[in-house]
Order: sequence, then structure tokens, then C-alpha cells
Amino acid sequence: MTLQSFLEMGGYAAFVWPAWGLSLVALVVLTLVSWRWMRRAERLAAASSLKAPDADPSARPPSEPVA
Amino acid sequence: MNIWYYANPERFAGLARTLLPWTMGLALILASLATVWGLAIAPPDYQQGDAMRIIYVHVPAAWMAMFVYAVMAVSSALAFIWNHPLADVAAKASAPIGAVFTALALVTGMLWGQPMWGTWWVWDARLTSVLILFFLYLGYIVLWSAIEEPARAARAARILALVGAVNLPIIKFSVDWWNTLHQPATVFRMDGPTMAPEMLTPLLIMGLAYNLLYVAILFMRMRAEIAERRLRTIRLGLEPAGS
Amino acid sequence: MRTFLAIIWRDVILGIRASGGAALSAAFFTLILVLVPFGLGPGPATLQAAAPGLFWMAALLSTLLGLERIIQPDSEDGTMDLVRLSPLPLELSALAKIIAHWLTSGLILTVLAPLLAPLLNLSFEAAPVLALTLLLGTPALSAIGTAMAALGSSVQRGGMVLALLVLPLNIPFLIFGSSAVASAQAGEDPGQALLLLGAASLIAMVVGTIAAAAALRIGDE
Repeated sequence: MTLQSFLEMGGYAAFVWPAWGLSLVALVVLTLVSWRWMRRAERLAAASSLKAPDADPSARPPSEPVA
Repeated sequence: MNIWYYANPERFAGLARTLLPWTMGLALILASLATVWGLAIAPPDYQQGDAMRIIYVHVPAAWMAMFVYAVMAVSSALAFIWNHPLADVAAKASAPIGAVFTALALVTGMLWGQPMWGTWWVWDARLTSVLILFFLYLGYIVLWSAIEEPARAARAARILALVGAVNLPIIKFSVDWWNTLHQPATVFRMDGPTMAPEMLTPLLIMGLAYNLLYVAILFMRMRAEIAERRLRTIRLGLEPAGS
Repeated sequence: MRTFLAIIWRDVILGIRASGGAALSAAFFTLILVLVPFGLGPGPATLQAAAPGLFWMAALLSTLLGLERIIQPDSEDGTMDLVRLSPLPLELSALAKIIAHWLTSGLILTVLAPLLAPLLNLSFEAAPVLALTLLLGTPALSAIGTAMAALGSSVQRGGMVLALLVLPLNIPFLIFGSSAVASAQAGEDPGQALLLLGAASLIAMVVGTIAAAAALRIGDE
């Protein structure tokens, strides 16, 4: 099998490559977006918990997270 | 170790942090293996030629579309019955992932359909059911963002997921029934009459890779949700500093 | 029992008087059917072939119209809190609201639709079957719709969200209903479709009532 025949996909290149390409792109984008969201949220939460000295130290922690 | 040990969000976030590189790494390895196998090593189909190779991204996407909804339904049931605090988070985080898989299943299905049947879209039972599933995902995601208060949104979303789960078999049945009414001729079996092991193995590997990818992304999104909730409680002044 | 009937009665009266009420559903239903020939052309054969599905589509959309007024106004003015506090189990209150909605939408369509059969050249034999399918199916539409409306009751101007939630769940009824009418029109036996419609409707009524009650419970924090 040559590179040429591989790329041509037996004449179906216009279908096979977009299908695989879109799958790759969509999943990569989803991963990156989720990763960045996670980093940003965790960074903000960590920063805020260091920065909240005026929170009442004797306040009860919530019995259950906001749900 | 039972699920209640990890009911504490922070503990779960720690677990997710540890497991993430492993699940992601394994997913990438398996995906690469399946890609090479599916695109190059596996033989072309005697009928469909190389167009058949789309199966390796279409079927796993369709599998995940359904699997993720099942996870959402089970999580919603757990949230509803036992109020497991992370169950809502798992469901909410899963939905966009499931929607992406569903969209991929539809698009790859169309790209497979055009060379095979000559039309971009065919109202066959499988594709139609997946399309409806896509709308169910959409509705679920929209409901979460439409209700402002997170606690209310969680309770509403649970019910919606469960109603959707109960209705899915009915919808699937009605679509199958409708399909046999209007399409008595050829049955377009996307899997082909029988699956040779040369095709089945890379397919299963890709399926596993997709599944691990889902878990990895789920870990990320759940960590993000947990962090955002913590942020909200901090900002409300309920959580002492430094914890 | 008194509370049950009281809820139905109140909702029906409101449904008749309200601006989004029964009359509007009927008018909207008729309007959709009137629009069809402008879209498909007036050819009698085309209209007749498409009639079963179009009648059912119009029914779906008309039912959708009346949903927002079931829950939202009540939760805004506090009536819903009273309903929750009443001795009547919330499931029955939800059922009462579903029945009331049906009385001001589905029932009206059931009676109206056969009268409008000539608009789309629906055959004479098919008209009573159309009425039967609507009778069997519209309660389910009301049940599902009420449940979704209850879920989305805190959403401002949630009309589009409601449509997105409701319509996919309505598909089985559209399939079975229009299929039964089409069979009758073709001279075939609509029995199987009617049976499936009835079964699906029953399930939807149960699920919808339970879901609506669960959704109404969300309001009491």
C-alpha cells in the first residue's frame, strides 16, 4: 500500500477523511475546553480560599454543597 | 471502598486528579492503536471498500452517545433516591460530552451514508433514534442553564433525565415500528451482515478508547464543577479561609 | 375529592378565559391547517396523503401553546404553594391539572378535528379514526406537557425551552396517531396503531403525572 493509495481511500477519501478528521477535532476541542475550564475553576477556587480572611472563622461549614 | 467514601467532593476531586493522567494516557494509546489498525491494517470491505473505515469512528461514537445517557440516567436516579452529592455533578458534566458523541455519530453516519446510499440523510431507525437522542441531550443541557438557582436546576434536571430514560425505549420502539412501515425494502444495517474479527477487534479497541476518553473528560468537568461550587460557597462567606 | 375537582374546575375556567386559552388553541389548530395548502399546493391528492400527519402535527403544536399557563402563573401568585400544602397528594393535584389542561386543549381538538377534515381532504372513513386517535393521544400530550411545564416553571419566558423538552417526547404519539389515521384512509385496519397509541398514552399519563408531581415538589425548598 502506497501513501497515495492510503490517502485516496479507494476513492472514498472525501468521506473517510472528513469523518475521521471531524471526530479528532471535535474530541480534541472538547478535551481542551474541559481542561481549561477545570484549570481556571480550580485556580480561582484555590486563590479565593487563600484570600478570604474576613470569613467568619466560627461559621459552620455548610452541611452539604449547594445542592 | 464504596461510593460514599468519595461522596465528599474534595476527596473525589483528589481521586479524579490521580486517575486523570492514567485514563487519558490509556485512551490515547488505545485510540492510536485503533486508528492505525482501522485506517491501514484492516482490510477494506468487499462491498463498501475503504468507505467502511468510517465505522471505526461512527459506531464507537454511537455507543458512547447511548452509554453516556445511561450514565446520566443512573446518576440522576442516585441523586433522586439517595441524594448522593456528586450524582448531580456527574450527570451535568456528562451531558455535553454525550451531546458531542451524538453529534459525531450523526455526522459520521451521514458521511458514511452518502457514498453508500447516495443521500446525505436517510430516516432509518438507527439514525433517527440518534437524532432524537441529540435533542434529548440538548433539552437537558438547556434546562440546566435556563434555571438560575443551582439547587433547583439540579432537581429539575434529575427528573428530566429520568423521564427521558423511561421514554427512550418507547421512542426507540415507535421509531423502529415507523421505519418498518415506511421502508419495507432493504434494511440498512450499518454493522454489515457479520463482523469479521479483523474488523471487530479495532472497533472494540476504539470503543474502549472512546470510553476512557469519556471518563477522562468527565473527571475534568467534575473537578471543574466541584471547584466552582467551592468558589460559590467561599464567596458566600460560608467557608472559613484556608480550607 | 372536592379539592381534586376544585383544581380541575378552576384551571378549566382560567383556561377558557385566559388569553392563551382554549379558544386560542382551537384557532391555532385551525390556522395551521389553513396554512398547509399554501405551502403544499391545493392539489387534493397531495393534501389527502399528507392529512393524517398534518392533523397530528397541528395537534402537537396547539397543545404546546397552552402549556405555559398551567404552572407559571400559579407559582408566581402563590397558588402553587397552596396546592402543595393541601391534604391532596401532589400526584393527584398534578393529575387534576393535567385533566384540566386536556379539557381545554385535547378535548377541543378531538371534537374540532373531524369537522375540519374537508380542509385537507381527509377521507370520510378516516375522520372518526382521527377523532379516536386524538382522544387517545392528547391526554398523553397534556401529561407530558404539564410535567415539562412544571420542570421549567422557574424559567423566564420558557416557551422555546418547553418546546424543546416536549416535542421529542411527543414523537411516539405522532407516529402511532398519524399511522392509524393513514391506515384508515387507505382502507386498512388501524387496530395495531390504535393499540400501540393507547398503550403509549397510558404509560405517558402515569409517567407524566409522577414527573409533574416530582417537579412541583421542587418548589418547596
